[in-house]
Amino acid sequence: MARMLTFNIFRFNPQDEGSKPKMQTFKIEETDSMTLFIALHKIREEQDPSLMFDFCCRAGICGACGMIINGRPELACHTKTKDLPKVTTLMPLPVFKLVGDLSVDTGTWFRQMYQNSESWIHTNKEFDPNAPEERMSNETANAIYDLDRCIECGCCVASCGTARMRPEFMAPAGLMRVARFMVDPRDQRDSEDFYEIIGSDEGVFGCMGLLACEDTCPKDLPLQDQLGYLRKKMGITAIKHLIPGRKG
Amino acid sequence: MKTIYTDLLCVGAGLAGERVAVEAAQAGHSVICLSIVPARRSHSSAAQGGMQAALGNSIMGEGDNPDIHFEDTVKGSDWGADQEVARMFTEAAPIEMRRLAHWGVPWNRIVPGEQTYYKGGKPFTAVEKEENEGLIHSRAFGGTAKWRTCYAADGTGHSVLYTLDNKIAELGVEVHDKVEAISLIHDGKHCYGAIVRCLKTGELSKYIAKATLIATGGFGRIYRNSTNAVINDGGGTIIALDTGVVPLANMEAIQFHPTGIVPTDILVTEGCRGDGGTLLDKDKHRFMPDYEPDKAELASRDVVSRRMTEHMAKGKGVESPYGTHLWLDIRHLGEKHIKTKLREVEEICNYFLGVDPITELIPVRPTQHYCMGGIRTNKDGATYGLKGLFSAGEAACWDMHGFNRLGGNSLSETVVAGGIVGDKIVEFLDKFTGEVSTKAADKAYKKATEKVEKLLAEAGQSGGESVYAIREEMFDILEQAAFIYRNGKDLEQAVEKLQALLKKSEGIKLLSNGKGASPEMALAIKMQGMIKLAQCVCYGALKRTESRGSHTREDFPERNDQVWLNRTLATWKEGEYLPTLSYEEASPYYEMPPGERGYGDGKIIQADLDKLPKKPTKSKKSKAGE
Repeated sequence: MARMLTFNIFRFNPQDEGSKPKMQTFKIEETDSMTLFIALHKIREEQDPSLMFDFCCRAGICGACGMIINGRPELACHTKTKDLPKVTTLMPLPVFKLVGDLSVDTGTWFRQMYQNSESWIHTNKEFDPNAPEERMSNETANAIYDLDRCIECGCCVASCGTARMRPEFMAPAGLMRVARFMVDPRDQRDSEDFYEIIGSDEGVFGCMGLLACEDTCPKDLPLQDQLGYLRKKMGITAIKHLIPGRKG
Repeated sequence: MKTIYTDLLCVGAGLAGERVAVEAAQAGHSVICLSIVPARRSHSSAAQGGMQAALGNSIMGEGDNPDIHFEDTVKGSDWGADQEVARMFTEAAPIEMRRLAHWGVPWNRIVPGEQTYYKGGKPFTAVEKEENEGLIHSRAFGGTAKWRTCYAADGTGHSVLYTLDNKIAELGVEVHDKVEAISLIHDGKHCYGAIVRCLKTGELSKYIAKATLIATGGFGRIYRNSTNAVINDGGGTIIALDTGVVPLANMEAIQFHPTGIVPTDILVTEGCRGDGGTLLDKDKHRFMPDYEPDKAELASRDVVSRRMTEHMAKGKGVESPYGTHLWLDIRHLGEKHIKTKLREVEEICNYFLGVDPITELIPVRPTQHYCMGGIRTNKDGATYGLKGLFSAGEAACWDMHGFNRLGGNSLSETVVAGGIVGDKIVEFLDKFTGEVSTKAADKAYKKATEKVEKLLAEAGQSGGESVYAIREEMFDILEQAAFIYRNGKDLEQAVEKLQALLKKSEGIKLLSNGKGASPEMALAIKMQGMIKLAQCVCYGALKRTESRGSHTREDFPERNDQVWLNRTLATWKEGEYLPTLSYEEASPYYEMPPGERGYGDGKIIQADLDKLPKKPTKSKKSKAGE
């Protein structure tokens, strides 16, 4: 006998003057290999076409479907109903501005983050179309890729104590972005330059070390290690500032 | 109501859209990119494989060059490609890969010395040269003579998209996300931007531009089962068709993939079958050897897809709440092999199906994968019919893929075409002296507003058609007639049914109130457009009485170069229920005359080679100084 699943879903349409925030209950029958992607579309197409949520690749690659599933930030597309209890509560991610129901605006937050972290290669070298590519060790390429795997789903931001309290905090995703460029030899910024960006309470010194980000990252990024590394590196840079006679 | 002005409006912010945007921004033009989702979630990010470019750095790619890449591409296209474009592409691809490296893509690099690689599931060793240490590496992909596919681990699309979006941030290009262009602003001769609906508030705005680019990707989501992201429903293609003057090309050329998982149609790699995986039916019988005694599961993508469909049609498929499927069995490969060589497959099965492929069967079915057709452009990326309207990437039919594209060529096309088309758009903008037509903008805005207001006014009224029910009917029709196997009888019926469905869709009424970001409203706005795209596919497929590349007619199994060495063009006049079709020569000249592909066993009705246009010979002047 298939289970009858109950979903308590947060509902609010800020664009509809008649809408008030509330929880609404939906019931659907579970089928084999059902994920929240399947379940939520079924609810929208068969029970309530106004239900708002975000999916895109539905394969765990794009990061669109972050939401709070029974209290934890997760990607809905790879959440299987067979791993859920009979009653599931779905809430939108906090920190990000609500679009409606389970849909939030991560785009605006992350685009601001690119500017704050200067999320691009800083170099004064010009590209020469006639020259072969600059060489790089495969090890370095893999190290960059490993930190470049963030899919900007917002789960780490939603689970970050500091980000919840202080909107100006760069949050784990922002700090990871800086770490990605620190390991990239093509980026000519030095420790001092990175200190300008993250050497403050809005940056790496604002992290309280609760490390929920490490627990909730759906891509298993090495957040704990990187935050530790950044703090150490920026700590050293900060101490250098105290040494008399040193410029900077 | 907002009115926003810009030099270039990029509709779509995946790889093609952003690559064009970079080119224009670097030349000093103002650019705005529109995206349905935050730009980095664009479907480009899901392409895991890689980008083909003839760098020839790796030992398995040694001796590679753009000529060989060109030949592979034209063969792959079953001679449907525009050879001038395929040439431009293969020449520019290596430089583009290096440019992306300069901008920050962490391409995998050559490690010198003895390396273990896999071919057909079997390991072998090869020695990478010392002098190539640290240059961009490449891997194997189907249909290529050399290992040519540049890659960044298992996330090439992701890495390149993140790099380009970083570049966009550096250059200060504005990206407006969660917005959707719902119609183009034009006066029948020029295009001046788009009317855009905000997917946060439902509000409509005018984006007025000197040049407009459509780079919204494919339209795979007109099919029920597709590997595409859910956003790939043809929005950009629809607004081009809706102008009545911009032709779409080769809409019947759709690529299918044999092994999408059921229910979500996420791809599992061909490596499963390459390494010895088998396909089973509902009786757990391995059926492929019955059809293809020699190659069995290792026959080409097209062939395996066709045989699977054929076998399911015989009632041998497994019934499920998500439709009929077959089984992929890799259990016999063993835990060690699956956990190392097929790790990605193991993850997909566990994460998205809750199936452990080490002990359980994987439910699979053939599924829509790629659209070779799209908005027809010339080699500069300019559309036919409207000045100032350009297109690039999967949305466009540029047309280097013809009737079948090679793996790794489409991802590469996004950035290579993006660079070339971006450069041409800069030229266009530099020369632009005219006035943008605010009258055309007002007209387009009025029309779009009326459409939305009608849907809002009638929302919740009884007696309307449900947009989701209409979409299901469209899915059924396409699945029946325009899937892998096609024939005249089914297609004729499909064309009739789609005409009736288009008529019926005029009665769509929303069940919800449609306010704000309403997903039902978003679908209702484009539903008729989606039916029109479906009709372009079916009508084009009906008329094309041959089999070429992915277009397979049971009643016309030969590739007919005498009659069909051409490209279908479809325009849609307002108020009509069928597109108007015309045809153009497949290629301005045939540097590589039509011949055998060397794989697949299709028969060919040969063209009179002497009568085909030849490549213009280079004048002696251009050779001087070499």
